[in-house]
Amino acid sequence: MEATIEVAGVRKRFGHAMALDGMTFTVWPGQVTGFVGPNGAGKSTTMRVILGLDAAEEGRALVGGRPYPSLLHPMRYLGSLLDAAALQPSRSARHHLLWLAYSQGLPAARVSEVIEQAGLQDVARRKAGGFSLGMRQRLGIAAAMLGDPPILMLDEPFNGLDPDGIVWMRGFLRSLARQGRTVLVSSHLMSELEDTADHLVVVGRGKVIADTSVADLVATASGDRVTLRTTAIPEATAALERAGAAVVASSPGVLRISGLPAQRIAAILGATGVPFSEVSAHRATLEQAYMSITRDAVEFRAEATSEVAL
Amino acid sequence: MTSGSIATERPDVSRSRAAARVGFGPAIRSEWVKFRSVRGWIIGMIVAGLLVLLTGVFLAGNGSIGCQNGPNSPALTGKACLPPVPIGPGGEAVSDSFYFVHQPLVGNGSITIRVTALTGIYTQGLAQVGQAPPPAHKGLEPWAKAGIIIKASTRPGSAYAAMMVTGSHGVRMQYDYTSDVAGLPGLASAASPRWLRLTRSGDTIAGYDSADGRHWALVGTAHLTGLSRAVQAGMFAATPPYNKATTSLFGGSDQGGPALATGSFDNLGLRGNWPAGAWSGVNIGTNKLTPRSPGGFRRAGSAFAVSGSGDIAPLAPGPLSPIPSTTVEEPLAGVFVGLIAVVVVAAMFFTVEYRRGLIRVTLAATPHRGRVLAAKAIVIGSVAFITGLAASILAVWLGLPKERNVGEYVLPVSTFTEVRVIVGTAAFVAVAAVLAVAIGAILRRSAAAVTTVIGLIVLPFLLSVTVLPVSVADWVLRITPAAGLAIQQSIPNYPQLSTNASAAAGVYPLTPWAGFAVLCLYAVAALAMAAVLLRRRDA
Repeated sequence: MEATIEVAGVRKRFGHAMALDGMTFTVWPGQVTGFVGPNGAGKSTTMRVILGLDAAEEGRALVGGRPYPSLLHPMRYLGSLLDAAALQPSRSARHHLLWLAYSQGLPAARVSEVIEQAGLQDVARRKAGGFSLGMRQRLGIAAAMLGDPPILMLDEPFNGLDPDGIVWMRGFLRSLARQGRTVLVSSHLMSELEDTADHLVVVGRGKVIADTSVADLVATASGDRVTLRTTAIPEATAALERAGAAVVASSPGVLRISGLPAQRIAAILGATGVPFSEVSAHRATLEQAYMSITRDAVEFRAEATSEVAL
Repeated sequence: MTSGSIATERPDVSRSRAAARVGFGPAIRSEWVKFRSVRGWIIGMIVAGLLVLLTGVFLAGNGSIGCQNGPNSPALTGKACLPPVPIGPGGEAVSDSFYFVHQPLVGNGSITIRVTALTGIYTQGLAQVGQAPPPAHKGLEPWAKAGIIIKASTRPGSAYAAMMVTGSHGVRMQYDYTSDVAGLPGLASAASPRWLRLTRSGDTIAGYDSADGRHWALVGTAHLTGLSRAVQAGMFAATPPYNKATTSLFGGSDQGGPALATGSFDNLGLRGNWPAGAWSGVNIGTNKLTPRSPGGFRRAGSAFAVSGSGDIAPLAPGPLSPIPSTTVEEPLAGVFVGLIAVVVVAAMFFTVEYRRGLIRVTLAATPHRGRVLAAKAIVIGSVAFITGLAASILAVWLGLPKERNVGEYVLPVSTFTEVRVIVGTAAFVAVAAVLAVAIGAILRRSAAAVTTVIGLIVLPFLLSVTVLPVSVADWVLRITPAAGLAIQQSIPNYPQLSTNASAAAGVYPLTPWAGFAVLCLYAVAALAMAAVLLRRRDA
């Protein structure tokens, strides 16, 4: 079985509100796929549909080519963490993991392993109700890892983590991908996925807006603008326009050039003997890239919210 | 897109068959860990068991019983007051007290008689020393009886078969205390007499009745075991004491007093070998606790008048029992108290999963939702059963000696019945727990589920044994799950016996298994509804 998550044409309505409107994407192994979009874009609903918790009205969601509910011991194929607060507060962390392990036909020894992996040894026998949100996230991660699944699906795992926890979570997600696992991580904050996600599925209004690698997304958002700092404005402008670039003076001593990559600009200026102090390619942050493609969805959301308020 | 299959929620068939083989054990194991890892639930079940045990033992044997053998005898209490209780051929405790005008019948034969009247008198209350006796009123108890009887011996509890007219139940054939067959309706009178006949052929006794002495109808046939060649046969009369029970919304009252019934007979016909040739009269069965009117008989030519009191019937619990009797299930009366704790735990076993979304974790682990429901039902049902069984065994073991010590007579039942009462109580608790967990799955909220289950089981029972009139309680205990408590009733409801017993005395309108089936039907219906809703609803 190939460790993919395949969502195809899923539609789901809650009352009159269309929660998922033809959601379609595939998650591949060996990388961290960020599942991003504003709150209410349908990320959690999609994950519930993948797990068979919510029924889709149309379309299908397959895990390794099969519907998740048809899998025997499904947590051995896909480990998930939807809500770290979904615990019985009076049950110890260890027992929470133990009942899950037994439900998958796994031995109690496996519980001890994941407790150690998640760093919960000291609190495993304490009631989970007393856990901080960060500890609950770790417990949720431990639960998702019980079946040593090739696929992991985590809903907002960064929520409530302190900075140390965020660093730990990033490292953990990257290590899962390096092991060749399929990792789908949702977030409504793009910045959380900076330096973590390799691939992005950006959603809004219940459907996919962009399904792209992080590198491509940033390149697209950045365009090909280059900033040149020089004392010889007229000479530089003439040389570069001869080479076919569009040149705009933006502030004293600074030119903004498009149409030529940075290395080429440096080479032209060097060859013609024009002095310059800096040539730098503009690079958009992931956040900026994300903002540019979700703007529509956010606007839609604002409308939808005001409708609900009525 | 519109034709896309909805493949997210339905497992394919071959897969679910494989899963069904492998997957059920893990689900049960998993739910068992869930149960045992919440200390509050364990404590709740222990409390439930203790409530059953302590309530039962506390309620058992709290009466005090006193008696005197005669006006000048020292007062006795407790066990000393208990008269010897005759045991019928079927092993049950019986009343066997009546006035018997008898002589031996050797071998096969028959006795025929015409009954021209059955009359009765009673007094309200007992004669007090130094006061005028209370006035006697005319009147018949519904089960006052007079007629002919063939009996193995004059020993109380011995086998018999009898044909009789009764106060308000027409002609009956009764035999061996528990069997009762209806014959001609109506009361016997001079204008409308009743002819009765018993024929003996070996161990078989057939009863006939007739309105005219020419056209006879077979009423019933009794096979009495172990009759010797010589049996005692003749005429008899008996009546239970006068009783008038009034029930109202908040209780009731009983008025009572001694009664005497008199049967008027003529046209006596005997066949077979009656060697004594003369009649002798005797009061069968005496009881120091229940005052009896003295019986007797008068003969005028071929006419007889036989007067007697007492009853020939099985003993049953209730206010009209002639001796202070109780039942093996008496120490289990606390079950409804413990049941409250059980249903709270059972309902919450499902509803807490909804409070914080744990149900999503559960269903992601075990997507087969029916299996989750079944596993929870099996776990909570088993825990409730074991709790109920332990509490029931202990309650009976501790409670019955207490009953006996205060002088209550514990009505004997077969081992099978005793096991049914004890194990049935545990099963009642278990099925109620399953009902509660199913309702928890349906309603998804602890408070609503607990309220519903208590309203379905505990409340109907409590109302039935306290404020509801018996006629209403009879229906409540047929159609609500509280009917299941009938599984505790060890002594059957004998139609030929006025007991004035209600649910408060442990007497239910349905037979034990029918009542238990009502509860099971509720549980099955709730489980089915829960399964459908679980499958249909988004988690």
